[in-house]
Amino acid sequence: MPIEAVRKISGSPTDIDVSRGVILYVENVSVEFDGFKAIDDLSLSIEDGSLHCIIGPNGAGKTTLLDIITGKTKPDSGDVFLGQNIKLTDLTESEIARIGVGRKFQKPTVFENHTLFENLELALHCGKGLRESLFWKLTPARRERIDEVLGIIGLTGEADRLAGLLSHGQKQWLEIGMLLMQAPRVLLLDEPAAGMTPHEIEHSIELLKSLAGQHTVVVIEHDMDFVHAIARRVTVLHEGKVLAEGDMDFVRHNSRVVEVYLGEAHA
Amino acid sequence: MTRLTRIFLALALFCLPCLPPLALAADGDPGGDYPKAVAGLGSDSRQTILDSLDAVAGLGDPRALPALDALQDRRLKRDAAGRVLIVSKDGASAVDAASGENYPGPLDALSDPPVNNLVRQRISAVLSALALISPDPEQRLLAAKELAGRPVESARAGLAKALGKETDARVKSLLEQTLAQIDLKSPDKTARLAAIKAIGASGNSDFLPALRQVVDKLDNSDALSADPDISEAAARAVASLERRDLAVRAARDLFFGASLGSVLLLAALGLAITFGLMGVINMAHGEMLMIGAYVAYVVQEFFSNRFPDFADWYLPAAIPLAFATAAVIGMLLERAIIRHLYGRPLETLLATWGISLALIQTVRLIFGAQNVEVRNPAFLSGGFELVRGLTLTYNRIGIIVFVVFVVALTWLLLNRTPLGLSIRAVTQSRSTASAMGIFTSRVDMWTFGLGSGIAGLGGVALTQVGNVGPELGQSYIVDSFMVVVLGGVGKLAGTIFGALGLGFINKFLEPFSGAVLGKIIVLVLVVVFIQKRPQGIFALKGRTAD
Amino acid sequence: MTKNTAGLLSPVAWTAFAAALGAAVLIVPVLNLALPADSALHAPDYLVALMGKFLCYAMVALAIDLIWGFTGILSLGHGMFFALGGYAMGMHLMRGIAGEGVYRSDLPDFMVFLDWKELPWYWHGFEHFWFAMLMAVLVPGAFALVFGFFAFRSRIKGVYFSIITQAMTYAAMLLFFRNNTGFGGNNGLTDFKRLLGFSLLESGTKVGLYVASALALAGTFLLCRFVTVSKLGRVLIAIRDAESRVMFSGYDPLRYKLFVWTLSAVLCGVAGALYAPQVGIINPSEMHPGNSIEMAIWAAVGGRGTLIGPIIGAWLVNGAKSVFTVAFPDLWLYFLGAIFIATTLFLPAGIVGLGRLLSGRKNGRHGERS
Repeated sequence: MPIEAVRKISGSPTDIDVSRGVILYVENVSVEFDGFKAIDDLSLSIEDGSLHCIIGPNGAGKTTLLDIITGKTKPDSGDVFLGQNIKLTDLTESEIARIGVGRKFQKPTVFENHTLFENLELALHCGKGLRESLFWKLTPARRERIDEVLGIIGLTGEADRLAGLLSHGQKQWLEIGMLLMQAPRVLLLDEPAAGMTPHEIEHSIELLKSLAGQHTVVVIEHDMDFVHAIARRVTVLHEGKVLAEGDMDFVRHNSRVVEVYLGEAHA
Repeated sequence: MTRLTRIFLALALFCLPCLPPLALAADGDPGGDYPKAVAGLGSDSRQTILDSLDAVAGLGDPRALPALDALQDRRLKRDAAGRVLIVSKDGASAVDAASGENYPGPLDALSDPPVNNLVRQRISAVLSALALISPDPEQRLLAAKELAGRPVESARAGLAKALGKETDARVKSLLEQTLAQIDLKSPDKTARLAAIKAIGASGNSDFLPALRQVVDKLDNSDALSADPDISEAAARAVASLERRDLAVRAARDLFFGASLGSVLLLAALGLAITFGLMGVINMAHGEMLMIGAYVAYVVQEFFSNRFPDFADWYLPAAIPLAFATAAVIGMLLERAIIRHLYGRPLETLLATWGISLALIQTVRLIFGAQNVEVRNPAFLSGGFELVRGLTLTYNRIGIIVFVVFVVALTWLLLNRTPLGLSIRAVTQSRSTASAMGIFTSRVDMWTFGLGSGIAGLGGVALTQVGNVGPELGQSYIVDSFMVVVLGGVGKLAGTIFGALGLGFINKFLEPFSGAVLGKIIVLVLVVVFIQKRPQGIFALKGRTAD
Repeated sequence: MTKNTAGLLSPVAWTAFAAALGAAVLIVPVLNLALPADSALHAPDYLVALMGKFLCYAMVALAIDLIWGFTGILSLGHGMFFALGGYAMGMHLMRGIAGEGVYRSDLPDFMVFLDWKELPWYWHGFEHFWFAMLMAVLVPGAFALVFGFFAFRSRIKGVYFSIITQAMTYAAMLLFFRNNTGFGGNNGLTDFKRLLGFSLLESGTKVGLYVASALALAGTFLLCRFVTVSKLGRVLIAIRDAESRVMFSGYDPLRYKLFVWTLSAVLCGVAGALYAPQVGIINPSEMHPGNSIEMAIWAAVGGRGTLIGPIIGAWLVNGAKSVFTVAFPDLWLYFLGAIFIATTLFLPAGIVGLGRLLSGRKNGRHGERS
């Protein structure tokens, strides 16, 4: 599909060709920062509708991988495809977001001087051009959708609070809620459980499980218990390469993975 | 014109008593030609006057000087009997021009020789030719320079004579060039060719227009102008002169570029350090330059009042004082204001602008709104001519040396001291440094002091090349920002390259575009440059970059 | 959710707006034109021009607030856009006195002085008022569009952007200082006589310009209000607070920044065009970097991220300037410096923020951490 056409659709997920059951392809991607190979000839594919975890020690290239998929970092070589047809590496960050790839940052990033409602409203899937924004109206359907997502993330009743006043965990959920507003095909979540209380983590686990199926969810995480609780499929990154891939039990008993993690633990 | 000739005359007269009297007598014929020539100066025919001038020049006899002076001043008169007289300056008495005897007759019935501009020009040439026989090489040099500016055929004989006896190399080369210039119009082909060759070898691009005329055969007053040998030789000489001219100009641009770059570096170095460390732009940084400059002024005044014998020592004394003063003021500002704005860089920018306004006004109230004068000490005055057309002034050389000294000191401080280690640590990661037990806020204060102190040093340097006034800092602020933008953050090398780069580009552009347009082009170039490299020359890439 | 459903202004605010505008366009003209010159309440001509000037400054403050207060981009180069608007008007006024100069030439005097034989190409068209006004808007707008495109595209932000805009206005100042640039060099454009056939010396013309400025300010206010209460306004604040989140929410920040930056420049151009005839001169010193920084402080003093704040700030700072420079000229820079420091240190939300704090209204939503 030509890029021009992609740019026009402003992100209707139906245009993505997932006939082979795969939503995201990372093909032979490499990127180097000042001589340091953050990602080294990495290939990876994510099944449509799956809940996929990416783990790995610090510096394995997990966040850089998300940067590449979302267009924040341009790879030195290799490509990223959404479905069979859309080459993400040719698009800008905002185009990738409009086309249906949502991303949550490691550090929760919400609009602190806006209310929760306004945060969700800004994220709402709609035309994001200048004119659309200038003449945008809050229709009943839009309001309904915002209220619905407020319910999903468990923050009903907080609609008029400033996002800056939320707790760390609440900000994480709000950010996930904002991703949901974008009606994305793929959700990329960078450490969604970081800094959460055990109670909040439990809530997050439920939330993510409920999302899988209608969305493809890719989670980057350190917390092994959290990964174990949610993941159907796990990819282990190490030094910018895929070290192992499979279900949680397979990965857990893979000797190289154990070596990397234990080796690091001993160091 | 008259003033110039008077200077030469004064010089010539000054050196007259030191001349060994016999040396002259041996040269000319005191009995016959001399009185005739001097008498001719007072003739009523202009042609006779001109001829007599040539004769005087040919004689090379300095006794003719009073008569020439008088002719220039319209004090050379002629009585009814045709005697030529020099009337004294007060007009009360007169002497015979040739013999020097007192003239007894009445002074109210004398007539003037017809002097016009042509005559005046010839007089000054002759005066110079006479000065060429002075024993003082400096005066001969001055005379030679004067003659070189007015190459007339009549001076040739005198020149050739003087050249034969000349010992000073500078005077000699000047005389040779002047002769060559005269010979350029010589009717003799060999002489003309030799002249062209000599000019080509002289490296003096002042001759280019004259040579180009020969190449283009513009002057077809005689047959030789059309001679292909002549025009070919001239073309070769032109090419050689142009090559040399280009090299000299490049060297000059390089020197002035380095000097401007040094000034910029001194102005921007402290700014780059504080910007790298704290991410804030200190708009009052320019005022730290200004304070340094005023410290130099105050120290200078102190020295010339208290220790006039050591007045030139004010400059070395001002250097540590300017550093200390600016550093203390900088640290006070950091403690009092900037510290409270941490994490709000745009507001810091505005607050520091407010500080700069207050500092400017304070200096205005203390020292007045006018510029103050900071003199160059003797060891930084003047310059030397490296090659013809390229004079290196000592103050600019001094600044280049000084900036090397300051950069070396800064480098040592940043790389070889505990404070430097802390500064580099905080620059890289404030939170990590803080976690490692570095008191980041104290490092901020010291760094601000360091940056301001370096600016103070820069201010001292600026007094040697520019005006010192309350608005001194303002004129450097945009330029030093451009250095920081170009050089990037947190790298000394980046700042150095940024400053020197801007200095060189500025100076190389100036001849083509003029100073103002050059500056505009540089600003535009910087803006275009950061399109490509938003993080400056020495960019940090990767995730740390944003 | 009132924010989303409310119109441009609440009924109370509309009333206040109408009252303020009515007072502004009625009181000063009446005091100037209707009262005799010896009356104690008579507003002298210079005062009318001064008020008109302040109205133009208030427009500039609003324009700066749009880009800085709402979008978080501090421009230190708005003086250039202001001056460009002023020059466009100045060129029209110069063309209006063709043949009346010292040299009785069709060219402006300074061109005769430079021995120019004909009008440079970029002076053509300015004899028409409509063309000059179009240029007062188009030139700053187009320049901002191009400059902004390159700056925002390469993601220059924060202090870098501020410095670059400062360099921009500085370069423009140097350019306009040159005689050969063709805008009167050092002296700029001055000795204006008539605008649209009205003598600029007449009280009536001064009042007319004053009223035009008041209406322009009112229009600017409503336009800014329209922009800032729309979702676009919320996107701008979002860009200020978390640009990457805006990008990953599907908005292209480049377009939004470019839009508001260009709009801001255009508003400055209009203000400049109204300013030049009221002050009677436009010269390159308007582009001095110091002027642009001072403009930023107008917005900050009043309260960034509000629309009434910058208007108050522009009036207060310039009112203080008028008083100080006459009464205590030596103290003015201290006072101005103190305003800069005090506002940034103690009043980040400006006077409006202070008022809110004192009246106990809790509304920090637009409080900014640059």
